[in-house]
Amino acid sequence: MEGLGIKILGAVITTIMAFAVGMTYGGITRKLTARVHNRVGPVIWQNFIDLLKLQSKKTNIYHGLMGHFAPMWIIIAAVTVLMFIPVLHPGSNWYANWFPNLTFHGDLIFLLYMMVFGSLGMALGAGQSGNPNSAIGVSRGLSQMVGYEIPFVLALVALMTQYKTTSIQDIMAIQDQTGVWMMFSNPFAFIAALLASLGMFRYSPFDIVGAPAELASGPVSEFGGKYLGTMMSGGSIFAFIKLTLYVDLFMGGAYSIPELLVKTFTLYMVPVFYGWVNPRYRTEQAIQYFWKWPTAIGIVAVIYAVW
Amino acid sequence: MENTKRQTIVEYIKNWSRKNSLFVMAYGTGCGAIEIPATMTSRYDAERLGIRGAATPRQADVLLITGYLATKTLKRVIRVYEQMQDPKYVIAFGSCTINGGMYYDSYNTINVLEKYIPVDVYINGCMPRPEAVIAGFQKLQDKIARGDADNGTRYKENLEWYRANQKKIIKNWRMPDYNW
Repeated sequence: MEGLGIKILGAVITTIMAFAVGMTYGGITRKLTARVHNRVGPVIWQNFIDLLKLQSKKTNIYHGLMGHFAPMWIIIAAVTVLMFIPVLHPGSNWYANWFPNLTFHGDLIFLLYMMVFGSLGMALGAGQSGNPNSAIGVSRGLSQMVGYEIPFVLALVALMTQYKTTSIQDIMAIQDQTGVWMMFSNPFAFIAALLASLGMFRYSPFDIVGAPAELASGPVSEFGGKYLGTMMSGGSIFAFIKLTLYVDLFMGGAYSIPELLVKTFTLYMVPVFYGWVNPRYRTEQAIQYFWKWPTAIGIVAVIYAVW
Repeated sequence: MENTKRQTIVEYIKNWSRKNSLFVMAYGTGCGAIEIPATMTSRYDAERLGIRGAATPRQADVLLITGYLATKTLKRVIRVYEQMQDPKYVIAFGSCTINGGMYYDSYNTINVLEKYIPVDVYINGCMPRPEAVIAGFQKLQDKIARGDADNGTRYKENLEWYRANQKKIIKNWRMPDYNW
């Protein structure tokens, strides 16, 4: 029973850390973007202030049951997925046990399904709000997902066939034993996954879902106040999840928190940097982008893995 | 400052966060809309004060009425204003919202905005420069920090008066009911 208590405490600590890291990365990105625009920019904890403000709104619009559940759905999906991501190498550190995870064989395939769950909740909630902008945003989001999931899945399939395992922890252990990161032992898979991550983080040019001037922020256009705040928290946790998954799969995982932060931040800057110099794509351009080079590189990665 | 209220610590923190994170619904009604890009972009950079644009009224805290309001636009402004969630604030921009400005005798603009929706801060000038806009925002921030910004409650308490004034201008009142 004592072990269970510690595991629950560990899960709480993991969630809080994922939330704090995701929010801070968002804030740092806002600051850096401002500096690129030659502006002073907001403070890096601006996202926390925004969240506090959204949570202290006095009234919140109610659009029906699904609209009420959608933000919760997102945050539940985020926390559930987070529980399956190994944050650190097990036993690598005195605090590694603070981050327990429910790993099992085949969790990589499970994650592929579960990571879509948040977007699905968003789609259902946006559908009930009845706003046409939301409907367009959802259709764009799902189209974009069809776009980037293909290179992403190809990259993961390449890893799975190359090392004959579907467990994230096994892939981490292989990198630990051989001493070679997956991004070097199968570079094509890494490139395909990295290009897919551009779409996953929805920075320009792939911000077609929440395009503010075009769609009035898309799926979330009818959500304000506490709903928006909850969605923001869920999104921050998801950002941390994706980054940590990439670090685990391609960059050898992390042995300590500072190492994790350095690696995840470096990865996070890839879509951000790409976004600074690119305007927004149209939907079909975005899908064409993903189905052209990233998919080709993904197929090369699979062939490389088999061969 | 006049009528400073005593606030509990929770209220103080809430007001501090409201003050430092203003999502602006920049309703480009008149010529004043041209000053908003200048205020937001690199030279005057309103984002350093926590001011950023919001795409929809549901997410917004501040409604900016930038300049003259045609009677047709007033209907849209009322819809947007009523869709915003409490606490909400209104900043009126330029002389036109105060007394009609250069359109004071026009047949299709309203003269005094205060009669139709409550206003927190007026920024006068024709047009106010971005410095004036930022000064107006800072005035609003002071007001929020003091706990005096009660735009939404004022509107709900005096709804009949505002509705009567609105209906005088908008003859064909066919608006859906909101659950705000």
